[in-house]
Amino acid sequence: MPMLEIRDLNTFYGHIHALKGISLDVDQGEIVTLIGSNGAGKSTTLKTISGLLSPRSGTIVLDGKQIGGVPAFKVAGMGVAQSPEGRRIFPRMTVLENLEMGAFVRDRPEPGDLERVFTLFPRLKERIGQKAGTMSGGEQQMLAIGRALMARPTLLLLDEPSMGLSPILVETIFGIIRDINAQGTTVLLVEQNALMALAIANRGYVIQTGRIVLADDAQALMQNDMVRKAYLGEE
Amino acid sequence: MEFNANLFVQFLINGVTNGMLIALVALGYTLVYGIVELINFAHGEVFMMGALFAFTIIGMFTIGPDTPWFAIVAISLLALAAAMLFSGALNWAIDRVVYRRLRNAPRLAPLIAAIGLSFILQGIGIYWIGSNNLRPPNLIANNIRSINLLNEWFGLDTRIRLRPLDLIVVGITIPLLVWLSWFVGRTKTGKAMRATAQDREAAALMGIDVNRTIAIAFLLGGLLAGAAAMVTMYYTNTASFRMGFRYGLFAFTAAVLGGIGNLTGAVVGGLLIGIVWQMSDGFVQAYIPWWGAQWTPVAIFGVLVLVMVFKPGGLLGEFTPDKV
Repeated sequence: MPMLEIRDLNTFYGHIHALKGISLDVDQGEIVTLIGSNGAGKSTTLKTISGLLSPRSGTIVLDGKQIGGVPAFKVAGMGVAQSPEGRRIFPRMTVLENLEMGAFVRDRPEPGDLERVFTLFPRLKERIGQKAGTMSGGEQQMLAIGRALMARPTLLLLDEPSMGLSPILVETIFGIIRDINAQGTTVLLVEQNALMALAIANRGYVIQTGRIVLADDAQALMQNDMVRKAYLGEE
Repeated sequence: MEFNANLFVQFLINGVTNGMLIALVALGYTLVYGIVELINFAHGEVFMMGALFAFTIIGMFTIGPDTPWFAIVAISLLALAAAMLFSGALNWAIDRVVYRRLRNAPRLAPLIAAIGLSFILQGIGIYWIGSNNLRPPNLIANNIRSINLLNEWFGLDTRIRLRPLDLIVVGITIPLLVWLSWFVGRTKTGKAMRATAQDREAAALMGIDVNRTIAIAFLLGGLLAGAAAMVTMYYTNTASFRMGFRYGLFAFTAAVLGGIGNLTGAVVGGLLIGIVWQMSDGFVQAYIPWWGAQWTPVAIFGVLVLVMVFKPGGLLGEFTPDKV
C-alpha cells in the first residue's frame, strides 16, 4: 500500500475547477515529482493534501487514514510538513523562532533536530538571531525547508524550492533534498524546473490544466518526447 | 509667563497613570488587529462590562469604616480577578459566536458586526445599572483616597500630589505589561500568536490551530480590559454604560498612534494620549485661558492626525514586507 494514495481528486477555487480528477501515489522512501507549467494545478494539489484547501470530491489516504478535507493544523500533526510556494517564512521572527515554529507539532523538540538542520544548511546557523524577513531569497528558501524538517515529517511536501534562486543555489538545494530523502524522509516535490526535479526523483507525474497527463519513472520521463519539448526546452 | 513646574509635574503624574489605563485597553485593540486585522469596535464596551461586573461583585459585600484593611484588599483583588475573567470570557465569546463565523466574509461584515455589538452591550449596560453615572461602592475610604504620599510617606514639602490610587494603577499595570510581554515573546502559545499574525496559512502548516490562537488573543485583550476597567472605575470614581465609549475611542487612537499591531506601540501611544489628555484638561489652561477639557478631543485627535501625516504606520509601526 502506498504511503500517500490520491484518487479522483477534484478541487475548486470558487467556480474555477482547478484539479480535475487527480490520482497519484507516493511510496515510502521515494522522491516523487509533480511537474507542469504555471497554473497547471501543482500547488493546488499540495495545498489540498496539506489541508489548506478542501477537495470537492475524491480521496486522499495517508498511511491508511483518509485526510481529504481535514484542516491543515491536524494534517501537520500526522507527519506531513510542507515548505510552501513563496517560502512563507515568518518575516518578523528570528531564524531560530521560525525553526521552533516548525517543531510546533512536537511536544519536545530535540536538540538533534536543530543540529540536523544546521548541518544541512550551515548558513542558517550563522543567521540564527536574524529576523527572517531580512534574509536573501536563497536563505529564506533554506529556512522554509529547514522549518519543515523540524517537524520530523514522514512526508515532506516541497513547493517550487528552486523558484527565484541562482543556478548554483538550485544545485545545492536539490543536493540537500536528496540528502534529506536518503535520511529516510519521503518527498513529494512540485517543480517548474523539470530537469532538476526529474534528475533527483524516482518517479514523476506531469500535470496539465488540472489533469495528470503522464506518469512514469523519472528516467523514462526525461526521455519522453512530449516532456522534452514542453518542459525541458528542447526542439 | 513663567513655566509652572509644579503644575506640569502634577499633570504629568496624572497623565502617566491615566495613560497606563488607556494602554491596557489599547493592547486589546492591537492584539486583535495584529492577528485578524479587525478593529474590534466592541472592545470599549467589553471594558465597560468588566467595570459593571466588578461594581456588582463589590456591591455584594457590606463595606464600612470598620471593615479591616485585609478584607478590603481581598475584596479588591477578587473584584479585579472577576472583572478580568468576565471581560476576557465576553471577548472570547464574541469572537466565538460572531467574528469567527465572519472570518472569510468581506472585511466590512465583521466591522459592522463590531459596531452593532457595541450598541448591544451598551444596551445591556443600561439594563444592568441604569443610564446614570453611578459612584462605585466605597471601597477606598475618602481619607485614604486624598492622602498625598509625597508628604505622608516621603516627607517632601511639596504641593504635587501622588495619591495611593496612582500607585495602585502603576502597581497593577506594570506587572500585567511584563506578563503579557513574557507570554507573547517567550511561551509556545505566544509565539504561535505571532506566527499566526504574520502568516495565517503558514502557521496552520506548522500545526497551529489558528482559530484557537485567535481566540486566545481575544481572551488576553479582554483580561487586560477587565483589569483596566476595575481600576478606572475607582480612579475616576464613576461607573456608567458610557464609560467604554471614551476610553475605547482614546485607546483605539492610542493603538493607531503607536502603530496598530505593535504591542510596545500600544503602550507608548497610551502613555502619550494619557499625557496629552491630562495636559489639555488642566495644564494648558494656565497659559491659554479659554482652553479647557472641552478641547481635549481636539488635542488628542490633532496629535493623531499629525502622526498619521508624517508616519502613516504609527510611531512604532513598521512596514516589513510580509510576502517576498
